[in-house]
This record gives sequence, structure tokens and C-alpha cells, in this order.
Amino acid sequence: MPNRTVIPFGPHHPVLPEPIHLDLVLEDEKVVEAIPNVGFIHRGLELLCEKKPFQDMVLVAERICGICSLVHGIGFVNGVEKIMNIQVPERAEMLRVFWSELSRVHSHLLWLGLAADGIGFESLFMHSWRVRELVLDIFEETTGGRVIFDAIKVGGVKKNINKETLDRILKQLEKVEEEYRQIADVFVNDFTIAHRWSGVGLLTKEQAITLGAVGPTARASGLAMDTRMIKYGGYDKITMEPIVETAGDCYARALVRVREVYQSFDQIRQAISKMPEGGETEAKVTGFPTGEYFSRVEQPRGEVIYYVKGNGTKYLERFRVRTPTFANIPPLVQMLAGCDLADVPAIVLAIDPCISCTER
Amino acid sequence: MSDILKMCKTVVSSLRKKPFCQMYPFKPAKFYDHTRGHIKLDASKCILCSLCAKRCPTGAIEVDRVKGSWQINRYKCIMCIECVVACPVKPVKALAVENQYAPPMAKMEMEMFDVEVKKPAPKPAAAPAASTPAE
Repeated sequence: MPNRTVIPFGPHHPVLPEPIHLDLVLEDEKVVEAIPNVGFIHRGLELLCEKKPFQDMVLVAERICGICSLVHGIGFVNGVEKIMNIQVPERAEMLRVFWSELSRVHSHLLWLGLAADGIGFESLFMHSWRVRELVLDIFEETTGGRVIFDAIKVGGVKKNINKETLDRILKQLEKVEEEYRQIADVFVNDFTIAHRWSGVGLLTKEQAITLGAVGPTARASGLAMDTRMIKYGGYDKITMEPIVETAGDCYARALVRVREVYQSFDQIRQAISKMPEGGETEAKVTGFPTGEYFSRVEQPRGEVIYYVKGNGTKYLERFRVRTPTFANIPPLVQMLAGCDLADVPAIVLAIDPCISCTER
Repeated sequence: MSDILKMCKTVVSSLRKKPFCQMYPFKPAKFYDHTRGHIKLDASKCILCSLCAKRCPTGAIEVDRVKGSWQINRYKCIMCIECVVACPVKPVKALAVENQYAPPMAKMEMEMFDVEVKKPAPKPAAAPAASTPAE
């Protein structure tokens, strides 16, 4: 019988931007079992809803994650608006779609860079982040922040964008897309990347369904599951098809993200063209929330679920978040069983782990 | 072979370009009009109503109506601009967002602004009580 050893992976590891701990049980070089352990950066945000008024909880929700902050805000706000029966103006909805798709572009570019860095492709990492910088400039120009945007409020949006700025952004997006095309070409066609990721971390469609994978991880296994298809917020006016790959390995996960960036560029253009000229950007909010709602929103990493329960006071009674990385940890454990020790960093990176979200 | 050299086109073309990064200490950083740098108070306009302190979600602002001081803790402030929205002074608000960052501080302390306490105008002399009409 081969020797069994346990190797701790994380919480501090060069490929991990955030702390997650995995106990890898090895038989020679093969991983037999991976035991995950989270809880290093728990912040107790769910209890905070008893001390902050529900309008201020938007700010807390946006700070759950540094990368998909705006979409967290939209998830929370959607729930509160549903239980308070607030009709959000159309322009505000389109601005939300515009910003959330832009944050998908910046999140995927961040991941593509980190993944390239994880396999030692330094120049591709630098160039991915160079393109991401152009997207962050658009964010700073329109919302005032580069990573934490604070653009969402209950009933609408805080910031409006005038027509000249939108026209300029459209021109800048063409430039970004042209720059991105060169990088995407490397991800799709380069031999080294395909060789490193193909066949690594396999997850079949049945396993993805059983273990509850979400987001690009599920779509790379052939599961056509995208929460934007339920047409929340302003997505009822946007036409889209979920991007699906069938291979179910790390390379398929990268390809899904590469193609989703093009899809997001298309949706940004649709949102700008369908944005009504002028009009209100926020609806009046009166009273306090009473009732409960499960809000489902598609983040760059997958589906996030927000549960809000109001009791007629200005403080919410319960506020719960199920983030995509939390849902993707059981599939990750499945993928790790049977892989080589050298493939572990690539597989862990492939689910785009965001541990701060997971632990709230 | 050409599959391995996919990245070369981008790398070679960037050799002929200037560095993408800004040469920060030598060139000033670029800020937009909307950039949230820091909160600034115009002490001459402040009426010490302390609505900003009540609205602040992190409790970064402290207002003393008696002594006439308006203080902000820059380490607590998260730049959500709720205080600027809440400021009731018209037509120009007393609080404003500067797109430059706050100057560096040597000590972790509150930044204080002295505000002149405007005493309420003396009430006009009480009008002689109107004689109650005889019923």
C-alpha cells in the first residue's frame, strides 16, 4: 500500500489571493482527498443588519467583496425593492446593467491575469491587467471609485451619466475590445495554456448538477445555467444566450470566461442603446420593509443569493448571503480528488475563489 | 510552432511603446470630476445642524454645537458621500467632495474645523397681548 501523507495547502500560498485552507491527503503524488477549511476572515456582516438601517446595508453589501462589489449591492437592493414594492425607473435599471456588465469585464480580466500568473505566464498577466486598467478608468469616471463604487441605492442609482460621457465610453470600449482581442487570442490559441489546462480538474455535467456548481464552473461542464436568464432588474430588455463549454476542465472554464467578456461588451452596448434619454434615476422610498424575499443575481463568479427579511422597522430582521464561491467549494473538492499535486493550484484558481465573499 | 509565439506579437509591439504606467511621483496622478477623494468642509457656510453626523454610516463625523467644532475621522470615513447628500445648506452646500486625496497625516487623529457658532437672532419683543374680545 502506498504511503499516505497530508499536505496543508494554504491559507498562505503564492496562488491564493485570499486565505483558504485545504488538507490534501496524498498517495505518492496523487491527491486522494481534499478537506477544505474556511473561516479565517469571518467579519460577522450578517449580524450587522440589526444595527444598521436598511439603506445603509447597501454600503455593507457592496463591501462584502472587492471585485464584484456592485453586483452584491444589486442583489441586496433587488430583495429590498421587491418586498417594498418599489418600481425602479428604467434608466436606473439600464445603468445598473451597464455597470454590472462592466464589472463582469473587469472581474474576468482580473481572473484571466491571475490564472496566467498561476501557470507562470507573467507577460500575459501584466497585459490582462493593463486592459483591466482601462475599464477601471471608466468606472472612476462614472461612479467616482475604482473598486468600491457606491453607485447603488434602494430605489435607483446614485449617479447619472450624461450623453457625451456615454458616447466617449462607447469609443473607449472599442479600444478596450481591440486590446482585449489580442489577449483573448493567446488564451484561445496558445499551445502552452491549452497544454497546461486541458484535462485538468474534470467535472462532468452530472457532478456539476449534483454538487450544485454555479457560474462559469457549471457552464464549463455543459450546464446552460445563467441567472441573467431569469430576467431580473433590467435584463428583461437585454438579449443573451448563456455561454456553454462541454469539456468540463480548467481550459473550458478559462474559455467560458474569455467568451463571456465579449458577451458583456455586447450587453453594455445594448444597455446604452436601450437607455431612455433623461428621466428619473431613483424612485421615492417611503416606509419600512415588511416581508421576506430571496433575490438571485448573476455575479462574475456565479449565482449569488440574497435573503432579506424585514419586520416593519428600519432595521432588517435577517440578512443572509450565499455567495458563488461557497457553492463551488463542493465541486472543487470533487475536482481535486484524483489529481496530481502539481495541478492543485491551477484547479483551485479555476473556480475563481473569492474567500472574503464566502465568509462574509 | 506559431502556437507558442502567439504572445510575441503583443510583447514586441509593446516594446516600441512607452510604458503604460504613469510615472507617478514625477507626473501628478490623474483624477476625474467624479473621483471620490476626500470630504471637505467650508466652515464659513456650516450651520452646525449635525445632520451629516447623524447620517454617517460609520460615525466618522462629530459635531459640537456649543464649542463650534466639526471633526472628521479620515480613517473611519468610507467616502460614501451620504453626508454631502444630507447637507441642508442652500444654495451651495457646506460639504463638498474633493477629487484629490486628503493630505497625509503623521498622527491618527480627527481632522478639526472651527465653525463660528451663530447665536440665534434675538426674538422680536413680544407683541402686546391682544385683548381678548369680550364674549
